[in-house]
Amino acid sequence: MRPSALLSARTAAQLTALLALGAALLALGLAIGSMGWSPWTDGGETMRLILWDIRAPRSIGAWLAGALLALAGAIAQGLFRNPLADPYLLGCSAGASLGVAALLFVMGISPAAAALALRVGMTGAAFVGAIGAVLLTLVLARGVTQSLRLLLAGVVVGVVLGSGSALLTLMNPDILRAMQAFMLGSTGYVGWSAVQVMVVAMALCLLVALGCSRTLDALTLGEDTARSLGQRLTLIRLLLIATLSLATGAAVAQCGLIAFVGLVAPHLVRSWGPTTHGALLLLSALTGGALLLAADIASRWVIAPQELPVGIITALLGGSYLLWLMHRRKAHFGGGSGGAGGGGAR
Amino acid sequence: MTRRMTMTTMLLRAAAAALFCAQAMAAPITLKDDRGHTVTLPEVPKRIVSLLPSLTETICELGDCAKVVGVDRFSNFPATVQKLPKLGGLDDTSIETLVALKPDVVVLGVSARVIDRLEGLGLKVVALEPKSMSDVQRVLGKMGQILGKDDDARRLWNRIDGHIAQSAATLPPGARGLSVYYEVDAGPYGAGTASFMGEILTRLGAKNIIPAELGPFPKLNPEFIVRADPQVIMVGQRNAGGLPQRPGWQAIRAVKNQRLCVWIPSESDVLVRPGPRMSEAAALMARCLREAAAGPVALPTVPFNAPPGGMR
Repeated sequence: MRPSALLSARTAAQLTALLALGAALLALGLAIGSMGWSPWTDGGETMRLILWDIRAPRSIGAWLAGALLALAGAIAQGLFRNPLADPYLLGCSAGASLGVAALLFVMGISPAAAALALRVGMTGAAFVGAIGAVLLTLVLARGVTQSLRLLLAGVVVGVVLGSGSALLTLMNPDILRAMQAFMLGSTGYVGWSAVQVMVVAMALCLLVALGCSRTLDALTLGEDTARSLGQRLTLIRLLLIATLSLATGAAVAQCGLIAFVGLVAPHLVRSWGPTTHGALLLLSALTGGALLLAADIASRWVIAPQELPVGIITALLGGSYLLWLMHRRKAHFGGGSGGAGGGGAR
Repeated sequence: MTRRMTMTTMLLRAAAAALFCAQAMAAPITLKDDRGHTVTLPEVPKRIVSLLPSLTETICELGDCAKVVGVDRFSNFPATVQKLPKLGGLDDTSIETLVALKPDVVVLGVSARVIDRLEGLGLKVVALEPKSMSDVQRVLGKMGQILGKDDDARRLWNRIDGHIAQSAATLPPGARGLSVYYEVDAGPYGAGTASFMGEILTRLGAKNIIPAELGPFPKLNPEFIVRADPQVIMVGQRNAGGLPQRPGWQAIRAVKNQRLCVWIPSESDVLVRPGPRMSEAAALMARCLREAAAGPVALPTVPFNAPPGGMR
């Protein structure tokens, strides 16, 4: 419990480095487009438009979505003291895809439904679905007091809602391609309005999460200890779950289901040395942002002018990194450090 | 007397010839399907199940709609097939219902997982995969072979081909050479030059913004379309809603000048099925190009209505 740890010299250096990396990637993101490497120097009205209306919001949006997911992942891992926790563990992803599937499904059934669907939009449906799934999980777990019950309820909600969206897709194969695009994640259509939404969500989530970071620190010692340290666990848990759902919902609604960023970013930060949760949350967000932006750049560069779904790249990057990390630090996942594996987040 | 004798001989000969003809009709039909399998049918099938909309349309266009006893859930044209038993899609075919229909032959697409199962049950299966214009011609030929209507099939192909040529020839000069983006799905997935729609566009003299090397249906970077700046965009009604609002798309000539051809679902059916209605597809695209050359293209007046189950 060092209150000043958030501002320790090492953390400050890491923060600066990650911000610089983000800025560098952003510059690169502005220079990579449908022709591969095509920087902004060649001028022209179309180029200005492409830079300002497409590449800039897309790059910033990818960074923000990655940051939101990583923040949600760090919260989830701290809250459930489980290194495998990710932003989707309370059913967010299944809820969001059910929301999108339902929206695509009702379009075309009747003009009224189509009008409603157009008003709600894909992002609205995904967001409502994500938040709805978390609420359902909370109801099924009868509150937030028991971590294990929450996790199991999350699994059940994930599976059931997931099969629901699969059923809708099967019944109306017209929506197959759109669903697939959503499941693999895409940053192609992120515009300035999406960026605004994510900035607001990011600010809110960071504020709440940093405010609750002391409790997450206390939680690493076990729930009973945290309670005996005077932490109001139930309230803070509820707050953190709300934050994690908001962050995940906002990111998923704009960019689809992006794999692995939320899981890997906190692990990456922990691998650089022990941190408090305050620093972990902040650094994870910056790392996640850099990760997803890098993946987005790769997705438009590798086979330009075609695009790889960004989720495939994050899964490849994240998966191989996690594997490497696992073999390098056996104690981290091998159970040597005891507890539920939360040893890294001290 | 001798005259009567000759008459009888002639009659006998005629009868023999007729018999021979009937035998020829009943002779086994052997053909190689698109899997490369050689399928032998004992005679011209009387009961047919079709699990691909374009194949259903082909059979009906050849005048043997009455022989079709069951179809997949996407076959909806001509209207008479809508009353037939629906046997599901290619991945969830209801085998039991299909077997109960006792078909002499099942025609379906190559990708169908159901093929092995059906052959295991002793059914005759012909897998045909029409994807391009030349595929349509080949599949028509095979279907003519199965139905014992080779000549009809050849005539039908000539008619289709002629209609497409006519659609192309009657385009005014201003409607030729327009650059076109055909959107298959909002991914954005476009129809490349190598796709069926792309081939028709080429026949109509339009410039597809997606080059052949990208394959039939590439998932594009949206920036590519903005940069290519097409004069006309063709898109299904399902995806047309948010198109002008996509970031940066207001600057595309087609959006700015309202050259957006929006297909209602029944038109989309025609456009996505490589089958005998290919000439209709060409006529639809020609209509779009003609309207786009003349001025802003009107949006469809009917609201989007496509109940689940169609392939659009």
